[in-house]
Formats: sequence, C-alpha cells, structure tokens
Amino acid sequence: MKSDPPRTTGDGERGQLVFRARGLSRIYRMGEVEVVALRRVDLDLYEGEFVVILGPSGGGKSTLLNILGGLDVPTSGEVVFREHQLTGASEAELTRFRREHVGFVFQFYNLVPSLTALENVALVTEIAEHPMAAAEALRMVGLEDRMDHFPAQLSGGEQQRVAIARAIVKRPDVLLCDEPTGALDYSTGKLVLEVLERVNQELGATTVIITHNASIAAMADRVVRISSGEIVEISRNASKIHPAELEW
Amino acid sequence: MSGLDRKLWRDLLHLRGQVVAIMVMVACGAMSFVAMRATWQALLESQESYYAAYRFGDLFAQLKRAPESMRGRVEQIPGVAAVQLRVVAEVTIDVPGLNEPATGRLISIRPESSGGLNEIHLVDGRRPGVGNADEVIVSEAFSKANRLRPGDQISAVINGKWRRLLIVGTALSPEYIYEIRPGDLFPDPQRFGVLWMDHGALGPAFDLAGAFNDISLALAPGADATLVIEQLDRMLEPYGGFGAFNRSEQSSHRFISNELDELRVFCTWIPGIFLAVTAFLLHVVLSRLVSTQRDQIGVLKAFGFGNRTIGTHFLKLSLIAVTGGIVPGLGLGYLWGRSLAGLYAEFFHFPALRYRVDLVVMGWAALICSAAAILGALGAVRRAVRTPPAEAMRPEPPARFEAGLLERLGWQRAVPLSLRIILRNLERTPVKSALTALGISLSVAVLFIGFYFFDAIGHLVRIEFNQVLREDLTLFFRDPLGPSVSDELRRIEGVLRVESFRAAPVRLRFGHHTRRLALLGLEADSELRRVIDVDEQVHPVPADGLLLTTKLAELLGVRPGDLVTVESLEGDRQIREAPVRGLINDMMGLNAYIEIEALGRLMGDGGAVSGVHLQLDRRARDRLYQQFKQTPAIKGLLIPEAMLDNFNRTLARTIGSSTTITIILACILAFGLVYNAARIALSERGRELASLRVLGFTRSEVTAMLLGEQAVLTLIAIPLGYLIGYGLCGLIIRAVDTELLRLPLVLTAQTFLSSAGIVLLAAIFSGLLIRRRLARLNLIEVLKTRE
Repeated sequence: MKSDPPRTTGDGERGQLVFRARGLSRIYRMGEVEVVALRRVDLDLYEGEFVVILGPSGGGKSTLLNILGGLDVPTSGEVVFREHQLTGASEAELTRFRREHVGFVFQFYNLVPSLTALENVALVTEIAEHPMAAAEALRMVGLEDRMDHFPAQLSGGEQQRVAIARAIVKRPDVLLCDEPTGALDYSTGKLVLEVLERVNQELGATTVIITHNASIAAMADRVVRISSGEIVEISRNASKIHPAELEW
Repeated sequence: MSGLDRKLWRDLLHLRGQVVAIMVMVACGAMSFVAMRATWQALLESQESYYAAYRFGDLFAQLKRAPESMRGRVEQIPGVAAVQLRVVAEVTIDVPGLNEPATGRLISIRPESSGGLNEIHLVDGRRPGVGNADEVIVSEAFSKANRLRPGDQISAVINGKWRRLLIVGTALSPEYIYEIRPGDLFPDPQRFGVLWMDHGALGPAFDLAGAFNDISLALAPGADATLVIEQLDRMLEPYGGFGAFNRSEQSSHRFISNELDELRVFCTWIPGIFLAVTAFLLHVVLSRLVSTQRDQIGVLKAFGFGNRTIGTHFLKLSLIAVTGGIVPGLGLGYLWGRSLAGLYAEFFHFPALRYRVDLVVMGWAALICSAAAILGALGAVRRAVRTPPAEAMRPEPPARFEAGLLERLGWQRAVPLSLRIILRNLERTPVKSALTALGISLSVAVLFIGFYFFDAIGHLVRIEFNQVLREDLTLFFRDPLGPSVSDELRRIEGVLRVESFRAAPVRLRFGHHTRRLALLGLEADSELRRVIDVDEQVHPVPADGLLLTTKLAELLGVRPGDLVTVESLEGDRQIREAPVRGLINDMMGLNAYIEIEALGRLMGDGGAVSGVHLQLDRRARDRLYQQFKQTPAIKGLLIPEAMLDNFNRTLARTIGSSTTITIILACILAFGLVYNAARIALSERGRELASLRVLGFTRSEVTAMLLGEQAVLTLIAIPLGYLIGYGLCGLIIRAVDTELLRLPLVLTAQTFLSSAGIVLLAAIFSGLLIRRRLARLNLIEVLKTRE
C-alpha cells in the first residue's frame, strides 16, 4: 500500500481521529519460518464510526485488531490512539489503555464461568472510571431478565450479549469485536449485530468488527478489506443496511 | 518408540512442574519409609541378636542380702532356665578432670567361661583379674564421655573406704544399651556409668561374701512370667526383696521398646501421608490431562486404539512419574536412615548397630509407591476408557456453575466479585478443595506436632528445674540415717539450707491392685524440693495421709478419702493403712508423697532419712563436692544444674536434625499441594484469566483471582491443621509411656506461629512460581483457541 491511507469521500464529517496507524507490520517467527501477518498497513479510525474489517482467515485482520487493542505490538510502524503513542508503550501502559478506553468482544464470549451475567458485567465496573450501572448495560443488550444466570445457563447468543454488555459498561471509546458472530447461528448472529449497532448509536463508541462474513459489511459506515496482511480496499457505504435485513 | 510412548514423554515434559512435585512427594514417602523402616529393623535386629548372644535376662529383682545357697531353690521354680546372682552397688566416683562427683553402678561379673546371664561385651582391654578388687571395667559411654582409657585410674568410695581403681577395659552390656541413671530422662554419660568388678572381689568389698543382692533369671520357652515373679517374690521376701519385674520394667529395655514403637508408628504414618498426597495429586493432574486431551483420546479411539492401550498409556504416565521419585527416594532414604541410625547409636550402645537397607525394605517401598501411583491413576484411566470416541471429539463442556451456598444464604451482594469467583470455584469442586485443604493442613499438623514436642519438653524442664528441683545438690545416703544428720550438715560451712527426705520402698495395695514404689517423705515446709503439678500449682505434702500421682490413683483404683494399705519393704516390714488425701497431676513417674515424720510413723521406725536436699553457697561448691565425694555414707549425688546442662546439650543435638527434617518434609507437602492446585486452576481457567487481562485487569489483579483460591484453602488449612495437630498431640500423649512420663498438652504461641508461618512461606513460594507463569500467559493465543 501507499503511504497515504486510502481515503473515502466525506471522511472529515465523521469527527475526531481516534486511531492513526502508519506503516504497521507484524512478522511472526515460527521456528525457521517468518510469517508476515501485516505488511505496512496505514489506517485511520474516527470517533463514533462503525467499521467492518473484512478478510479471509489468516489475512491479518485479527493481528490488526490485536495491535489496535494493545494486545500485540507491531514489528515496525506506529499506532497512535488520540494523543497516546501505543507503539513502544510498556505492558502496564497497554493494560491501562485497555482498561480505560477499549471494550473487547470475543468470538467465544470468554465470560467468567463462575460469575452470573450481572456479575460478569459488574466485574468490569470495578476497574472502570465512569461506568454505567451493570444492570443498565444488560438492559441495553436486552438481557434484563437473565441477569442472575450463570454462563452455563445461557445460550450462545445470550452469552455473547452478556459479553457485549461487559464490553460497553465502562463506556469505552472503542469497541473491538473479534468475529462476534463466528460461533453463532444465523438468527442469533443477527440479533447480536443489532445489539452492536444500537450500542454504537447510543454510546457513540468507535466500533470495529472483524469478520470473514462479507454480508456483515453492509451494516458498516466503512468497510476495510484485508488480504495477505495488506489493506486491499477501504470503502464507505452510501447507505447502511439495518442488521435485521442482512442475509447470508 | 511407539507414537503413543513419544506422546507420553512429551506429556511428561509438558507437565514437568507437576511431575516434579509428584516425584518429590514420592521421594519423601519412599525416603521416610526406607529410613525409618531400616532404622527400626536395625535397632530391633541389633537388640534381638545382642540379647540372645549375651543372654539378657528375662526377670530381674533386687534385694537386701541373701545367701548364694538360695540358687538351688530359685532354679527349682518351674519355668526358670538360668539364674544369675550378683552384687550390685552404687558408688560415688571421683573422675579426674570432673569437678562434680559421678555416680557409678558397680556390678559383679564372673569369669567369662561361666556362661552366665547379662554377659558384657568387651570393647577394649581385658577382664578384671579374679579376686582383684582394684581392677574394673567401665562402660564405654562413661569412658568416652570422661576420656578414660584402660590404664587410667579413678577413685571410688567402696563400702566406706576410699579406693583407687584401675581401669583394665571398657565394655557394653545388654542391660545398659540405654545407660541411664534411674529417674533420669536423658543419659548423662559423664556423670553416670556402669563399672564391672570381679564377683569374688566385689562381694567381700560390700560385706556380701557368699551372698548376693541382685538376681536375674532366664525363663524357659513358654514359661509364665507372672507365676515365676510371684514365687520369686515370696522366696525373696525374707531377704529384703524389693519385688521382681520383667523386661518391660527394665529401664534400658523400656526406653528402647518405646523408641521402637514410636519408629514403627512413624514409618507407617509419615510415608502414608506422602503417598496419600501423591495419589491425590496424580488423580488431579491426570484427570485434568484426560479432560484437556479428550479430542486426542477421541482421535486415537477413532483410529482404532483399544481401551486397554489408552488406559495403559495414562497408567504408564503415572508409574513413570512415581518411579522417577522412588529411585532418588530409596537413595535418600538409605542416607537419612544411616544418619538416623548413627544418632541412635549415640544413645543406644550396641556392640554393632548394623544398619543396612535390604531388598525387602526397598521392595516394599517400591511396592507401596507403585500402589499409590495406580490408585492415583485409576480415576483418570477409567475416565479415558469410558469416554466414547464421538464424545471425545467434542470440546469439553463449559464449567457448570449455578447458584450455591452464597446465593442460598443471600450473601452474594455482600461479597466482592473477586471473592465470589474464588468461593464459587471452591464450591464447584468441593472434594478437590477439601482434600487440598486437608493435605495442606497435614503439613501444618506435622510441624505443629514437631514443635509441640519441644514445647512440652521445654515446659517439663522448666517446671522440673525451676520449680521442683530447686536444690543445688541432693545427697543419697548409703543406709538410712537418723534425723540428726540434717543438723550436722547445717553446721558445714557453705551449706545454706538442708532439707531431709526419705524414699521408703513400699507396696501400695488397694483391693486387688498393688504397686511397688518408693514412698517419698518430704519436710512439711519443704522449699528446695516441692510437689508441683503440670499447671505449676504447689501441693502441700499431707501430714496424715498420701498425695498420689493421678495416674497412680487410676492404676490402684483409689480416690481421695480411700484407705490404702502401705506395706513396707524394708526393716521389719510393717503393714499399715493410710488415707489418700489428694491427687496430683504431675508429669514424671508414679509418685506418692507424705510428710517425712508421718512416713517415719507409718514405717514404724521413727524417722530415718534417705538423703538431703542442699542449698549451697556458690563459692563453697567445689570444695563441698570434693568433701562429699569422699564421704563413705554418701552413695550418690544429684546436681540439677549439671542435669540441665546435659539435657540442653542432648536436646540441642536431637532437635537440630529432627526439626530440620520435619520442616523440609512439611514444606514439600505444602508447596506441592499449593503449587499443584494453582497449576490445575491455571490450566482450567487460563482462558478466563487471559480474557480478564484483555479487558484491562492488571497482572496482579488476575494473579489475585487465581491464587486467592489457594490462599483461601491455605487459610482454612491452618486452623484445621492446628486442630488435627492438637488431636494428634493428644493421641501421642496418651500413647507415650504414661507411667514414665506424661507430656503436658502445653502449646506456645511460637508453635502456632511457626507451623503456620512455615506453611505460608511454602505456599507463597509456590504462588510466586505460578505468578511467573501468569506473566507468560499469551493473551492472543489463549483467546483464539478453544481450550
């Protein structure tokens, strides 16, 4: 890719720059072999936008998400979150960054099995600065009736919604979702996407979803296509489709 | 190597932390078994062969004096196989280089060829010349402690005459394997020794020519000892017999038997604890392994590997881990046993303490360790075998949690979330949690018991030396003297206080219970020697009745107010009755006290004195020692301060080694259990913890959530360990020879703090190791893969 990030029309109107990534590369060494997961990627993300990063398995999208979320560090290049330089930050600084600014949603929900839905959400409020009430977060994902259930007593979709509630309860600036519907069936998956969209609308958190499911791209403000560690295309949807209307 | 075997070795490598913990546990089990069992065996075999080769007697009796012509009559008693008549006398010895006088027990021996009982084992030098009253053999311990060798001379007061004795040899005797002055708890080889002199010379020296005052019998196989004792007592009564007794009351034999019993208990319990923990750890580790390898097991089964192959695979894993511990365990056991036997050899004097670890002991060690391995693997093997191939291919279902105790009690709101996680995890696996806590509590208990012994002995010594034995010196008279002796002693310069006492040999009788003992008469306002119970309460000596040790009262079946029959075993053998005025819960021996003048009336001889307790002017001490050493009327001395010194030295030596080993074993136990529990938890909850790290929890917060479980278990285990330790102390107290010694159940704060502190340190150390692993938790990988 070129040094200038591929821009789509009308970027300016989307408000402040949240992430600024330049020349991101990530090379893994597996024994004798070097695997290039990301190759000189440039990307800007703006406040409140809903971005879908699309690409095949092994394309590098998870690596990109991990670097944005402060879980991984690039081999070269830099990432700036607002005024914070993420590249070169210590582990403790990255932990604080995640703690204060990022909400994560995992493919396999990763709830604490020994805590109820409410408690899973409440756990995060203990380390957040201005969290909303845990019950309020669960209400936003439509689980006000299941608050006292343990993960093992919830369906996959419900668990994922608890995970979303857990991610948003701290009012994060960024919501990073790694294949949030990957383990769910069609209708449950759509339900989860609806929740994500609503949360994006109501909280205004920059939302990034990575997926290999191209259909999901239609609900995004912008779509970033990644293949073989490189950004192939960034496009803006002229009109977003409501998740309920998505088909795959 | 087959593919499965290759997997086996890699699994072992992968689980190395836990495998090493298990190996160490097995090594401790095997080591303690081998060491204690082999030492026990060495002691027992050495004792038996010593007894047999040197013809240790079966029955013993002391008396005033009887003619040797009685031999024939004694030999006539049915069941008697051999008879040995001797002259035995206690004398005061002046050892060159030793300020205080020592006590010697002079025993007559006959020429070697006579084939008598209780033969001595000559270590060095030669036997004394026949009829030679100037030559003695001394016991090896005494000679070593005082650096005496054949050719050296010592002095002794023999029947009122100051005599120089030439040491011609050193020897050991089956009667004095544990060479201890009667009434002492620990041997003091510097101040007490056994001396042997030719019978033909010793008898006349004590005016016992053609007579004897000590008899030993060997019994024929199958003879009834009780019957023989009865007949012998009847026969010896006119000659001042003090009552016959069998080996179980012979002081040296009694100490060895106690030690053997103790060792046998320990060599069952200590390895038992370690192997039980081994089995438990193996169970937990292998069960977890089978869970995480469900898919692999499924694949193997799908490919046609049979249940037997798969079951054997996991069993092998267990056996290899255990074998890895057995081998060093056997070696360490051999070494520890050797040093243990060496320590015993310092206190128990055998011609040869043959320590060896034979194949049978090693075989047993290997067998019980393997049994633990199989037991531990059983559950996991069964699970692996039972898992159907298709089921095995599905991922492990998520851990099931549901509303539990917290919710039923309605306390969940009051408990912080991180604590809720900890409590629910514990509640979900109650058996595993309970067993882990139990295991940790055992390590607390092991330490607790170890420290308790020193508390108890410390307490006993403190009472005994600070409260009871307050004299500077006790003199024992050869023959009872009149009460005026106190006044004479008081006139000696440097003697500050004199209190007389009398120890009268009596038989107490109540109903059909009888007990032979020395009834102790003390002065009413006795200050130097007081009667004190375990709670440090001073009991006044009754002037019109007896004060009995509670245990003695139990044995006789008497209660305060009862009248007991007191049969004098000396003089004209009066038989009187006396009321029991009180009981005392004291710690050593079976005692009966009475005011000394009342004792004189009871014996009907108007106030004899067996000895005196003295308080001395410090500056006059050495001069007085010299003076008393040479006083013919004095047969023995007791110096509490010297006893205390010796005691502290002995204790310091034994404490050093046994405490170190106890602490090491307990630490290994606690460390292994905590480490393993945390490792398993990490394996089960790695993904959960990684997720929390991603959500912004710091490493410390996540560590706390994981190790909190272990911390809670350890904190539960500590009071539980106290409880178990306390209970076991109670059992041990009851098991220890209660007539000789009653250990008080006293515990110091230090025992509580040390036993908990050491276990906590071990737990914290294993926590630190786990924390290092948590630091290496790969957040990205854990999140991607599903288990």
